[in-house]
Amino acid sequence: MVREIEFILNGFNQTLSVKPSEKLIDVLRDRLGVTSVKYGCGKGECGACTINLDGKTVRSCLMYAVEIDGRTIETIEGFPRLGKREIQDIYIKHNAFQCGFCAPGFILSTEELLNMISDPSEEEIKEALAGNLCRCTGYKNILEAVAEMVDIRKREKAL
Amino acid sequence: MLAFDYRRPLVIEDALSLKKEWGVSSSLLMGGTDLFLAIDEGARSPEMLIDLKNIKELKTLEEKEGYVIIGAGTTYSELIDSELIHSTLPGIWESSRLVASMGVRNAATLVGNICNAVPSAESAAPLLVRDAMVHLSSLKENRIIPINDFFTGPRKTVLQSDEILTKVAVPLVMGEFGESYVKLGRYRGEDIAQVGVSVFVDSDFNYKIAYCAVGPVPMRIPKAEDLLRGKDISPELIEKAQAAILDTVSPIADIRASREYRIHMCRIMFEKAVGAAVSRMKTSQPEYGIRLI
Ligand code: FES
Ligand code: FES
Repeated sequence: MVREIEFILNGFNQTLSVKPSEKLIDVLRDRLGVTSVKYGCGKGECGACTINLDGKTVRSCLMYAVEIDGRTIETIEGFPRLGKREIQDIYIKHNAFQCGFCAPGFILSTEELLNMISDPSEEEIKEALAGNLCRCTGYKNILEAVAEMVDIRKREKAL
Repeated sequence: MLAFDYRRPLVIEDALSLKKEWGVSSSLLMGGTDLFLAIDEGARSPEMLIDLKNIKELKTLEEKEGYVIIGAGTTYSELIDSELIHSTLPGIWESSRLVASMGVRNAATLVGNICNAVPSAESAAPLLVRDAMVHLSSLKENRIIPINDFFTGPRKTVLQSDEILTKVAVPLVMGEFGESYVKLGRYRGEDIAQVGVSVFVDSDFNYKIAYCAVGPVPMRIPKAEDLLRGKDISPELIEKAQAAILDTVSPIADIRASREYRIHMCRIMFEKAVGAAVSRMKTSQPEYGIRLI
Protein backbone atom coordinates (compact mmCIF):
# COMPACT_ATOMS: atom_id res chain seq x y z
CA MET A 1 0.00 0.00 0.00
CA VAL A 2 2.61 2.50 -1.04
CA ARG A 3 1.80 5.42 -3.33
CA GLU A 4 4.05 7.47 -5.58
CA ILE A 5 3.26 11.13 -5.21
CA GLU A 6 4.49 14.09 -7.20
CA PHE A 7 4.26 17.67 -6.09
CA ILE A 8 6.06 20.99 -6.18
CA LEU A 9 7.82 22.10 -3.01
CA ASN A 10 9.15 25.65 -2.97
CA GLY A 11 9.52 25.63 -6.72
CA PHE A 12 11.13 22.19 -7.06
CA ASN A 13 9.51 19.01 -8.32
CA GLN A 14 9.43 16.23 -5.78
CA THR A 15 8.63 12.56 -6.21
CA LEU A 16 8.17 10.41 -3.16
CA SER A 17 6.76 7.05 -2.11
CA VAL A 18 4.48 7.31 0.88
CA LYS A 19 2.15 5.08 2.83
CA PRO A 20 -1.40 6.50 2.86
CA SER A 21 -1.27 6.85 6.64
CA GLU A 22 1.90 8.98 6.67
CA LYS A 23 1.18 12.47 7.93
CA LEU A 24 2.18 15.38 5.78
CA ILE A 25 3.92 17.16 8.66
CA ASP A 26 6.12 14.11 9.34
CA VAL A 27 7.01 13.67 5.69
CA LEU A 28 7.93 17.34 5.38
CA ARG A 29 10.02 17.43 8.52
CA ASP A 30 11.58 13.98 8.69
CA ARG A 31 11.93 13.02 5.07
CA LEU A 32 12.36 16.35 3.31
CA GLY A 33 14.06 18.39 6.02
CA VAL A 34 11.44 21.13 5.96
CA THR A 35 11.76 21.93 9.64
CA SER A 36 10.10 25.35 9.55
CA VAL A 37 6.90 23.38 9.80
CA LYS A 38 6.51 22.92 13.56
CA TYR A 39 4.54 20.35 15.47
CA GLY A 40 2.65 22.31 18.12
CA CYS A 41 -0.74 20.93 19.04
CA GLY A 42 -1.27 18.39 16.27
CA LYS A 43 -4.96 19.30 16.32
CA GLY A 44 -5.31 22.26 14.00
CA GLU A 45 -5.48 24.83 16.77
CA CYS A 46 -2.08 26.54 16.98
CA GLY A 47 -1.00 27.18 13.38
CA ALA A 48 2.65 26.24 13.97
CA CYS A 49 2.47 23.62 11.19
CA THR A 50 1.06 26.04 8.59
CA ILE A 51 2.03 25.54 4.94
CA ASN A 52 0.81 27.28 1.81
CA LEU A 53 -0.99 24.79 -0.42
CA ASP A 54 -2.00 26.06 -3.86
CA GLY A 55 -2.06 29.63 -2.56
CA LYS A 56 -3.95 28.99 0.68
CA THR A 57 -2.63 28.34 4.16
CA VAL A 58 -3.56 24.96 5.59
CA ARG A 59 -2.58 22.82 8.57
CA SER A 60 -0.01 20.21 7.63
CA CYS A 61 -0.75 18.40 10.91
CA LEU A 62 -4.24 17.56 9.63
CA MET A 63 -3.33 16.10 6.25
CA TYR A 64 -1.92 12.90 4.88
CA ALA A 65 1.00 13.19 2.51
CA VAL A 66 -0.87 11.29 -0.24
CA GLU A 67 -3.37 14.13 -0.42
CA ILE A 68 -0.81 16.55 -1.85
CA ASP A 69 -0.19 14.57 -5.03
CA GLY A 70 -0.25 17.02 -7.95
CA ARG A 71 -0.30 20.12 -5.76
CA THR A 72 2.03 22.99 -4.94
CA ILE A 73 3.45 23.67 -1.49
CA GLU A 74 5.33 26.68 -0.23
CA THR A 75 7.03 26.98 3.14
CA ILE A 76 9.19 29.68 4.66
CA GLU A 77 12.32 27.85 3.44
CA GLY A 78 11.33 28.78 -0.08
CA PHE A 79 10.46 32.40 0.60
CA PRO A 80 13.90 33.92 -0.20
CA ARG A 81 14.12 32.26 -3.59
CA LEU A 82 10.45 32.93 -4.32
CA GLY A 83 11.18 36.62 -3.70
CA LYS A 84 9.09 36.82 -0.55
CA ARG A 85 11.61 37.84 2.11
CA GLU A 86 9.98 41.15 2.85
CA ILE A 87 7.46 40.06 5.49
CA GLN A 88 10.15 38.12 7.32
CA ASP A 89 12.44 41.15 7.41
CA ILE A 90 9.76 43.40 8.85
CA TYR A 91 8.91 40.86 11.51
CA ILE A 92 12.61 40.78 12.43
CA LYS A 93 12.81 44.58 12.47
CA HIS A 94 9.95 44.72 14.97
CA ASN A 95 11.48 42.00 17.10
CA ALA A 96 8.18 40.24 16.71
CA PHE A 97 9.40 36.86 17.92
CA GLN A 98 11.16 35.47 20.93
CA CYS A 99 11.53 31.70 20.61
CA GLY A 100 10.31 31.83 17.00
CA PHE A 101 8.38 28.56 17.12
CA CYS A 102 5.24 30.29 15.83
CA ALA A 103 7.06 32.50 13.32
CA PRO A 104 6.77 30.49 10.09
CA GLY A 105 3.02 30.13 10.62
CA PHE A 106 2.53 33.82 11.32
CA ILE A 107 4.55 34.85 8.28
CA LEU A 108 2.62 32.51 5.97
CA SER A 109 -0.72 33.70 7.34
CA THR A 110 0.35 37.32 6.90
CA GLU A 111 1.35 36.67 3.33
CA GLU A 112 -1.99 35.03 2.55
CA LEU A 113 -3.88 37.93 4.12
CA LEU A 114 -1.98 40.56 2.12
CA ASN A 115 -2.56 38.62 -1.09
CA MET A 116 -6.29 38.66 -0.42
CA ILE A 117 -6.72 42.15 1.00
CA SER A 118 -4.06 44.74 0.23
CA ASP A 119 -5.29 47.19 2.85
CA PRO A 120 -6.72 45.13 5.74
CA SER A 121 -8.29 46.75 8.79
CA GLU A 122 -7.01 45.92 12.26
CA GLU A 123 -10.02 43.64 12.68
CA GLU A 124 -9.19 41.82 9.46
CA ILE A 125 -5.57 41.38 10.52
CA LYS A 126 -6.61 39.96 13.87
CA GLU A 127 -9.07 37.59 12.22
CA ALA A 128 -6.49 36.36 9.72
CA LEU A 129 -3.96 35.67 12.48
CA ALA A 130 -6.45 34.28 15.02
CA GLY A 131 -5.47 30.70 14.20
CA ASN A 132 -1.81 31.29 15.00
CA LEU A 133 -0.91 31.09 18.66
CA CYS A 134 2.20 32.62 20.20
CA ARG A 135 3.08 31.90 23.82
CA CYS A 136 5.93 34.41 24.00
CA THR A 137 5.25 37.82 22.56
CA GLY A 138 1.80 38.89 23.64
CA TYR A 139 1.14 39.62 19.95
CA LYS A 140 1.76 43.36 20.18
CA ASN A 141 4.96 43.39 18.13
CA ILE A 142 3.48 40.97 15.65
CA LEU A 143 0.54 43.28 14.99
CA GLU A 144 2.88 46.25 14.67
CA ALA A 145 4.98 44.39 12.13
CA VAL A 146 1.92 43.56 10.05
CA ALA A 147 0.69 47.15 10.30
CA GLU A 148 3.99 48.40 8.91
CA MET A 149 3.87 45.81 6.16
CA VAL A 150 0.42 47.09 5.20
CA ASP A 151 1.74 50.67 5.12
CA ILE A 152 4.64 49.70 2.89
CA ARG A 153 2.36 47.88 0.47
CA LYS A 154 0.08 50.93 0.38
CA ARG A 155 2.98 53.24 -0.40
CA GLU A 156 4.25 50.88 -3.10
CA LYS A 157 0.81 50.91 -4.68
CA ALA A 158 0.55 54.70 -4.56
CA LEU A 159 3.79 55.07 -6.54
CA MET B 1 -2.40 3.44 14.12
CA LEU B 2 -3.93 1.05 11.62
CA ALA B 3 -2.73 1.13 8.06
CA PHE B 4 -5.34 2.02 5.48
CA ASP B 5 -5.52 2.15 1.74
CA TYR B 6 -6.36 5.29 -0.20
CA ARG B 7 -8.24 6.10 -3.41
CA ARG B 8 -8.94 9.39 -5.09
CA PRO B 9 -11.75 8.92 -7.61
CA LEU B 10 -12.42 11.60 -10.22
CA VAL B 11 -16.14 11.03 -10.69
CA ILE B 12 -18.92 10.48 -8.22
CA GLU B 13 -19.92 7.10 -9.71
CA ASP B 14 -16.50 5.69 -8.86
CA ALA B 15 -16.72 7.06 -5.34
CA LEU B 16 -20.14 5.46 -4.91
CA SER B 17 -18.82 2.09 -6.17
CA LEU B 18 -15.98 2.27 -3.67
CA LYS B 19 -18.41 3.19 -0.92
CA LYS B 20 -20.62 0.23 -1.80
CA GLU B 21 -17.65 -2.12 -1.89
CA TRP B 22 -16.06 -0.94 1.37
CA GLY B 23 -19.12 0.23 3.33
CA VAL B 24 -18.51 0.79 7.04
CA SER B 25 -14.82 0.01 6.71
CA SER B 26 -14.32 3.09 4.56
CA SER B 27 -14.21 6.78 5.44
CA LEU B 28 -14.89 9.69 3.12
CA LEU B 29 -12.23 12.39 3.11
CA MET B 30 -12.75 15.99 2.00
CA GLY B 31 -11.07 18.72 4.08
CA GLY B 32 -10.14 16.10 6.62
CA THR B 33 -9.93 18.48 9.57
CA ASP B 34 -12.30 16.32 11.66
CA LEU B 35 -11.62 12.90 10.15
CA PHE B 36 -7.87 13.16 10.59
CA LEU B 37 -8.19 13.60 14.35
CA ALA B 38 -10.85 10.90 14.61
CA ILE B 39 -8.43 8.46 12.98
CA ASP B 40 -5.52 9.73 15.06
CA GLU B 41 -7.43 9.27 18.28
CA GLY B 42 -8.73 5.86 17.26
CA ALA B 43 -12.38 6.91 17.13
CA ARG B 44 -12.43 5.81 13.48
CA SER B 45 -10.28 3.11 11.96
CA PRO B 46 -11.07 2.86 8.26
CA GLU B 47 -9.42 0.30 6.01
CA MET B 48 -10.08 2.50 3.00
CA LEU B 49 -9.92 6.26 2.75
CA ILE B 50 -11.92 7.63 -0.18
CA ASP B 51 -10.63 11.12 -0.98
CA LEU B 52 -13.38 13.13 -2.72
CA LYS B 53 -11.33 16.29 -3.30
CA ASN B 54 -10.74 15.70 -7.01
CA ILE B 55 -14.40 15.16 -7.91
CA LYS B 56 -15.28 18.36 -9.78
CA GLU B 57 -19.06 18.01 -9.59
CA LEU B 58 -18.91 18.18 -5.78
CA LYS B 59 -17.40 21.66 -6.02
CA THR B 60 -20.65 23.38 -7.07
CA LEU B 61 -21.76 26.59 -5.45
CA GLU B 62 -24.65 28.08 -7.38
CA GLU B 63 -28.24 29.25 -7.44
CA LYS B 64 -30.58 26.87 -9.20
CA GLU B 65 -34.38 26.65 -9.42
CA GLY B 66 -35.10 28.49 -6.21
CA TYR B 67 -32.29 26.92 -4.19
CA VAL B 68 -28.72 27.74 -3.32
CA ILE B 69 -26.73 24.57 -3.91
CA ILE B 70 -23.67 24.03 -1.73
CA GLY B 71 -21.62 21.10 -3.04
CA ALA B 72 -19.86 18.77 -0.63
CA GLY B 73 -16.47 20.11 -1.72
CA THR B 74 -17.19 23.75 -0.90
CA THR B 75 -14.85 25.01 1.83
CA TYR B 76 -15.77 27.55 4.46
CA SER B 77 -13.39 30.04 2.87
CA GLU B 78 -15.21 29.64 -0.44
CA LEU B 79 -18.55 30.27 1.30
CA ILE B 80 -17.18 33.39 2.98
CA ASP B 81 -15.78 34.70 -0.32
CA SER B 82 -19.06 34.08 -2.16
CA GLU B 83 -21.29 37.07 -2.88
CA LEU B 84 -24.15 34.61 -3.52
CA ILE B 85 -23.88 33.25 0.02
CA HIS B 86 -23.50 36.69 1.55
CA SER B 87 -26.62 38.03 -0.14
CA THR B 88 -28.94 35.01 -0.03
CA LEU B 89 -27.80 33.03 3.02
CA PRO B 90 -26.37 35.69 5.34
CA GLY B 91 -26.85 33.52 8.43
CA ILE B 92 -24.71 30.77 6.91
CA TRP B 93 -22.18 33.40 5.83
CA GLU B 94 -22.09 34.86 9.34
CA SER B 95 -21.64 31.46 10.99
CA SER B 96 -18.99 30.32 8.51
CA ARG B 97 -16.79 33.23 9.52
CA LEU B 98 -16.82 31.96 13.08
CA VAL B 99 -15.61 28.46 12.24
CA ALA B 100 -12.16 27.85 13.73
CA SER B 101 -9.48 29.88 11.91
CA MET B 102 -8.53 30.80 8.37
CA GLY B 103 -6.07 27.92 7.98
CA VAL B 104 -8.78 25.45 8.97
CA ARG B 105 -11.52 27.15 6.93
CA ASN B 106 -9.33 26.87 3.82
CA ALA B 107 -9.70 23.09 4.03
CA ALA B 108 -12.83 22.37 6.07
CA THR B 109 -16.22 22.06 4.37
CA LEU B 110 -19.77 22.76 5.52
CA VAL B 111 -20.90 19.32 4.37
CA GLY B 112 -18.06 17.71 6.32
CA ASN B 113 -19.16 19.63 9.37
CA ILE B 114 -22.71 18.28 9.28
CA CYS B 115 -21.61 14.74 8.34
CA ASN B 116 -19.32 14.69 11.37
CA ALA B 117 -22.53 15.45 13.28
CA VAL B 118 -21.12 16.42 16.64
CA PRO B 119 -23.73 18.15 18.83
CA SER B 120 -21.79 21.41 18.40
CA ALA B 121 -21.75 21.24 14.56
CA GLU B 122 -21.32 24.88 13.66
CA SER B 123 -23.31 24.89 10.44
CA ALA B 124 -26.27 22.89 11.67
CA ALA B 125 -28.17 25.73 13.35
CA PRO B 126 -28.07 28.16 10.38
CA LEU B 127 -29.10 25.33 8.01
CA LEU B 128 -31.95 24.27 10.32
CA VAL B 129 -33.51 27.74 10.35
CA ARG B 130 -33.42 27.82 6.55
CA ASP B 131 -35.06 24.39 6.15
CA ALA B 132 -32.14 23.14 4.08
CA MET B 133 -32.43 19.83 2.21
CA VAL B 134 -29.56 17.36 2.09
CA HIS B 135 -28.98 15.26 -1.02
CA LEU B 136 -27.76 11.71 -0.43
CA SER B 137 -26.62 9.42 -3.21
CA SER B 138 -25.82 5.74 -3.46
CA LEU B 139 -25.49 3.48 -6.48
CA LYS B 140 -29.08 2.39 -6.14
CA GLU B 141 -30.92 5.62 -5.33
CA ASN B 142 -30.82 9.34 -4.59
CA ARG B 143 -32.72 10.67 -1.59
CA ILE B 144 -33.45 14.18 -0.40
CA ILE B 145 -33.93 14.68 3.34
CA PRO B 146 -34.81 17.77 5.38
CA ILE B 147 -31.86 18.76 7.56
CA ASN B 148 -34.21 18.51 10.55
CA ASP B 149 -34.40 14.71 10.03
CA PHE B 150 -30.70 14.28 9.23
CA PHE B 151 -29.15 14.12 12.71
CA THR B 152 -30.08 11.06 14.78
CA GLY B 153 -27.64 11.26 17.70
CA PRO B 154 -24.17 12.46 18.66
CA ARG B 155 -21.99 11.65 15.62
CA LYS B 156 -24.94 9.81 14.07
CA THR B 157 -26.95 10.67 10.97
CA VAL B 158 -29.35 8.93 8.58
CA LEU B 159 -26.45 8.39 6.12
CA GLN B 160 -26.19 4.71 5.16
CA SER B 161 -22.85 2.96 4.74
CA ASP B 162 -23.10 3.06 0.94
CA GLU B 163 -24.20 6.70 0.72
CA ILE B 164 -22.46 10.00 0.08
CA LEU B 165 -23.91 13.40 0.96
CA THR B 166 -23.29 15.21 -2.32
CA LYS B 167 -24.82 18.61 -1.65
CA VAL B 168 -27.03 20.78 0.51
CA ALA B 169 -29.85 22.73 -1.13
CA VAL B 170 -31.11 25.79 0.75
CA PRO B 171 -34.39 27.32 -0.41
CA LEU B 172 -34.22 30.99 -1.35
CA VAL B 173 -36.46 33.31 0.62
CA MET B 174 -38.47 35.95 -1.24
CA GLY B 175 -39.11 39.27 0.44
CA GLU B 176 -37.54 40.80 3.49
CA PHE B 177 -35.99 38.62 6.16
CA GLY B 178 -33.34 38.80 8.82
CA GLU B 179 -31.21 36.15 10.44
CA SER B 180 -28.38 35.82 12.87
CA TYR B 181 -25.93 33.34 14.33
CA VAL B 182 -24.45 33.82 17.76
CA LYS B 183 -21.64 31.60 18.97
CA LEU B 184 -20.12 31.20 22.38
CA GLY B 185 -16.48 30.12 22.16
CA ARG B 186 -13.57 30.52 24.51
CA TYR B 187 -11.41 32.59 22.25
CA ARG B 188 -11.23 33.57 18.62
CA GLY B 189 -9.65 31.01 16.35
CA GLU B 190 -11.00 28.11 18.36
CA ASP B 191 -13.20 25.59 16.67
CA ILE B 192 -15.84 24.39 19.06
CA ALA B 193 -19.02 26.18 20.07
CA GLN B 194 -20.12 25.85 23.68
CA VAL B 195 -23.51 27.14 22.60
CA GLY B 196 -24.63 28.26 19.15
CA VAL B 197 -27.97 29.77 18.19
CA SER B 198 -29.53 30.80 14.89
CA VAL B 199 -32.65 32.88 14.46
CA PHE B 200 -34.52 33.59 11.23
CA VAL B 201 -37.48 35.96 10.88
CA ASP B 202 -39.47 37.09 7.85
CA SER B 203 -41.58 40.23 7.43
CA ASP B 204 -44.74 38.44 8.67
CA PHE B 205 -42.86 37.64 11.86
CA ASN B 206 -42.53 33.94 11.21
CA TYR B 207 -39.60 32.88 13.37
CA LYS B 208 -37.31 29.90 13.18
CA ILE B 209 -34.94 29.17 16.03
CA ALA B 210 -32.22 26.53 16.24
CA TYR B 211 -29.50 25.67 18.74
CA CYS B 212 -26.37 23.56 18.66
CA ALA B 213 -24.24 22.17 21.50
CA VAL B 214 -27.11 22.08 24.00
CA GLY B 215 -28.50 18.61 23.34
CA PRO B 216 -27.54 15.32 21.69
CA VAL B 217 -28.28 16.77 18.25
CA PRO B 218 -28.62 20.30 16.89
CA MET B 219 -32.30 21.21 17.20
CA ARG B 220 -35.13 23.56 16.29
CA ILE B 221 -37.25 25.01 19.10
CA PRO B 222 -40.85 24.79 17.76
CA LYS B 223 -42.43 25.80 21.07
CA ALA B 224 -40.66 29.14 21.08
CA GLU B 225 -41.33 29.64 17.35
CA ASP B 226 -45.09 29.12 17.91
CA LEU B 227 -45.14 31.56 20.80
CA LEU B 228 -43.58 34.31 18.73
CA ARG B 229 -45.40 33.70 15.44
CA GLY B 230 -46.94 36.83 13.93
CA LYS B 231 -45.66 39.16 16.64
CA ASP B 232 -42.91 41.72 16.86
CA ILE B 233 -40.58 41.12 19.78
CA SER B 234 -41.05 42.68 23.20
CA PRO B 235 -39.24 42.03 26.48
CA GLU B 236 -42.21 39.97 27.78
CA LEU B 237 -42.39 37.85 24.64
CA ILE B 238 -38.66 37.25 24.67
CA GLU B 239 -38.93 36.07 28.24
CA LYS B 240 -41.69 33.60 27.35
CA ALA B 241 -39.67 32.33 24.41
CA GLN B 242 -36.63 31.91 26.63
CA ALA B 243 -38.67 29.77 29.02
CA ALA B 244 -39.79 27.60 26.09
CA ILE B 245 -36.18 27.28 24.96
CA LEU B 246 -34.97 26.21 28.38
CA ASP B 247 -37.78 23.60 28.43
CA THR B 248 -36.47 22.12 25.20
CA VAL B 249 -32.68 22.14 25.48
CA SER B 250 -30.73 19.64 27.57
CA PRO B 251 -27.11 20.76 27.73
CA ILE B 252 -24.45 18.66 29.39
CA ALA B 253 -21.42 19.72 31.41
CA ASP B 254 -18.08 19.01 29.80
CA ILE B 255 -14.53 20.27 29.77
CA ARG B 256 -15.58 23.47 27.97
CA ALA B 257 -18.53 24.67 30.04
CA SER B 258 -20.80 23.68 32.91
CA ARG B 259 -24.44 22.84 32.37
CA GLU B 260 -25.55 25.91 34.34
CA TYR B 261 -23.38 28.22 32.29
CA ARG B 262 -24.73 26.80 29.04
CA ILE B 263 -28.32 27.23 30.23
CA HIS B 264 -27.61 30.80 31.26
CA MET B 265 -25.99 31.54 27.88
CA CYS B 266 -28.91 29.97 25.99
CA ARG B 267 -31.09 32.75 27.40
CA ILE B 268 -28.68 35.62 26.87
CA MET B 269 -27.69 34.55 23.38
CA PHE B 270 -31.30 34.15 22.29
CA GLU B 271 -32.03 37.73 23.24
CA LYS B 272 -29.04 38.95 21.20
CA ALA B 273 -29.81 36.71 18.26
CA VAL B 274 -33.52 37.48 17.98
CA GLY B 275 -32.85 41.19 18.45
CA ALA B 276 -30.32 41.23 15.63
CA ALA B 277 -32.49 39.12 13.30
CA VAL B 278 -35.57 41.35 13.73
CA SER B 279 -33.55 44.51 13.39
CA ARG B 280 -31.88 43.21 10.23
CA MET B 281 -35.27 42.30 8.77
CA LYS B 282 -36.52 45.85 9.37
CA THR B 283 -33.44 47.99 8.79
CA SER B 284 -30.62 45.77 7.45
CA GLN B 285 -28.65 46.71 10.57
CA PRO B 286 -26.50 45.59 12.34
CA GLU B 287 -24.39 44.46 9.41
CA TYR B 288 -23.89 40.71 9.01
CA GLY B 289 -20.62 39.47 10.43
CA ILE B 290 -20.58 41.90 13.35
CA ARG B 291 -19.91 40.08 16.59
CA LEU B 292 -23.16 39.91 18.53
CA ILE B 293 -21.62 38.88 21.85
S1 FES C 1 0.46 21.68 14.99
FE1 FES C 1 -0.91 21.94 13.37
S2 FES C 1 -2.19 23.49 14.12
FE2 FES C 1 -0.96 23.06 15.85
S1 FES D 1 7.80 33.66 19.67
FE1 FES D 1 7.65 31.93 20.91
S2 FES D 1 5.74 31.11 20.32
FE2 FES D 1 5.79 32.97 19.28
